Amino acid sequence: MSEDVTTNQEATANGEPRDRSGTLVLDARNVTKQFGGLTAVSDVTFSVPERSIVSIIGPNGAGKTTFFNMLTGYYKPTTGLIELEQRNITGNRPDVIMKLGMARTFQNIRLFGTMSALENVMVGQNSRMKGGLFGSIFRFPVRKEEKAVTEKAHEELSYVGVKPRYHDWLAINLSYGDQRRVEIARALASDPKILLLDEPTAGMNPQESAELTDFMHKLRDERGITVVLIEHDMKVIMRVSEHITVLDHGEKIAEGKPAEVRANPRVIEAYLGKKASQEEH
Amino acid sequence: MSSAAATEPEKGAAPPGAKRGFTVPEGAEKAFIPVFVIIVALLPLVLDSGGTLMGNATLALAYVVMALGLNIIVGFAGLLDLGFVAFFAIGAYTMGWFGSDFFSAVNDGKGIHVLVSDFSQNLAGIHLNFVFVAIAAILFCTIAGMIIGLPTLRLRGDYIAIVTLAFGEIIGRIAINGDALKIAGQPLTAGRQGITPVDKIDLPFLEPFTSLELRPWYWMALALVVVALGVSFALRNSRLGRAWIALREDEVAAVAMGVPAVKTKLLAYGTGAAFGGMSGAFLGSFNNTVNADQFQFYFSILILGMVILGGLGSIWGVVLGAIVLTTINFYLIPDVFNSIPSKLGFDFDTTQITFAIYGFLLVIMMIIRPEGLIPERRRKQELHDESEDALVAQAP
Repeated sequence: MSEDVTTNQEATANGEPRDRSGTLVLDARNVTKQFGGLTAVSDVTFSVPERSIVSIIGPNGAGKTTFFNMLTGYYKPTTGLIELEQRNITGNRPDVIMKLGMARTFQNIRLFGTMSALENVMVGQNSRMKGGLFGSIFRFPVRKEEKAVTEKAHEELSYVGVKPRYHDWLAINLSYGDQRRVEIARALASDPKILLLDEPTAGMNPQESAELTDFMHKLRDERGITVVLIEHDMKVIMRVSEHITVLDHGEKIAEGKPAEVRANPRVIEAYLGKKASQEEH
Repeated sequence: MSSAAATEPEKGAAPPGAKRGFTVPEGAEKAFIPVFVIIVALLPLVLDSGGTLMGNATLALAYVVMALGLNIIVGFAGLLDLGFVAFFAIGAYTMGWFGSDFFSAVNDGKGIHVLVSDFSQNLAGIHLNFVFVAIAAILFCTIAGMIIGLPTLRLRGDYIAIVTLAFGEIIGRIAINGDALKIAGQPLTAGRQGITPVDKIDLPFLEPFTSLELRPWYWMALALVVVALGVSFALRNSRLGRAWIALREDEVAAVAMGVPAVKTKLLAYGTGAAFGGMSGAFLGSFNNTVNADQFQFYFSILILGMVILGGLGSIWGVVLGAIVLTTINFYLIPDVFNSIPSKLGFDFDTTQITFAIYGFLLVIMMIIRPEGLIPERRRKQELHDESEDALVAQAP
């Protein structure tokens, strides 16, 4: 990845006037999660404007994934409120939240290994389908739907860059990069308004990471999808994020534009220790 | 869908494992139904219509329906159910309750009759046409299946097996002690004595079945098999079928993709149970008795054995597994090999070591062909770990 690409991207991220006052697609207010005596996430407020790309960063164990799990309904917040498009989704089941328009991927790829790539993506459309038990038994009413769903699955797979000849491969046989892509396609298949990516570039080489960051822009620009990502790769973060939230020990210690966050002494302290942050200033 | 990948001409492009053994291509699987039906339907023409073989063949078909039902729960949805006998019991008792003189006091001893033969018309008790009994059995079993499913929803893997095992035993115990469970003086079951005789199947537009001419029974069982096959195939490649497999593979991810876990699992239990009920009602009438001794743990294991022998999740595999195990259980062990040990100078019959034979077969099976006789392509991948080959094949 060349340096000028990075600076280029930052310029657009920082320089372009962006409508940040627009409607919030996701709004989490004062969210806290306690496991017994341990406070994993403490009083975090996090809002995501429509059509934006925002990141949550923080050292290992900072509570990023726990926070994601609360947003997507795996954990119920101990206190706090989560709204998706002004609708309270606090404590809703994950499948309900998915249906309302928030899809996610996982830190460690969780594809359905013995289903083909295509079938994986078809499962992603589950919440958009109507065919029930009887509809499926008496094929007639669902046949049309099945066809449409299959077609859309092919489209999504091609959209994320999985070659057609791999569409019928079982997911476990795909290459690592393709597995990541299929996972994103599966999440996209439900036409979400907001997509949560948990460390999407983990295990990718620099070129693949660069492709993925471009893809995130494409998602936002072409399909109007808001992207929230957890990431460790600072290059990726600084390239794509318009807004960064930093968590440490479950607390929000900083937020702002990439440049601001990068200069923030508390952030440096969280990542590199107290001494490092003092040396720098 | 698999055929496209399997015939991929490019070197290294076919999924590893696709070439190993034989897996029926998906399209051909369905097309095989009419072939199967014609062959099986013509079989009675060469068999003695009142003989043991005919009876065993009918049993085999009824068991195919049972196994296909359990296959939906265990094979598709991955919920290990060790209490499938419960649905056999409920289906059979539905037949017993609504097709015999068991409730002899009902309607002042005159009985209730709905669309039944002239012969049954004069008997006491409740006598409904078999169509109604079958519908009732399906309904009861679906409800029971969901009730049994409810407490297992929070459980995974082996723990589901334990809970379902317990439910199977509970139903079995109720069947045995039901003669003492009196509601308004009327016992719930006839316990070990059994409800007998049970009405013969009596379908609209057809002569009532008799116990001497077994062909109608056989064809009736075949009709049930066709229904079960049709439903299995339709469901497997449907939204619901994919949701089942997704849940089986990774529940967390499935739920994240919008699959409602509770509803989807309950539908699996309900559908599987419905098959069990349908077949149970048929067997209640065919056996002419609904006896508590029929509903033992042994039965659950027998059906599970059919599913595993044939190939978990593989529809044709399960059909074959059911036929093979029924043949072994009802023909080979009691009729063919029974006297062999005594001829060799041992002091036992093969019927006494049925479990040992099954155990032996299962061990052999697990060593030679753990994925079953006709494996489902997914399971095959799982059990023959060739991911290393896959990596080599795909190395850039």
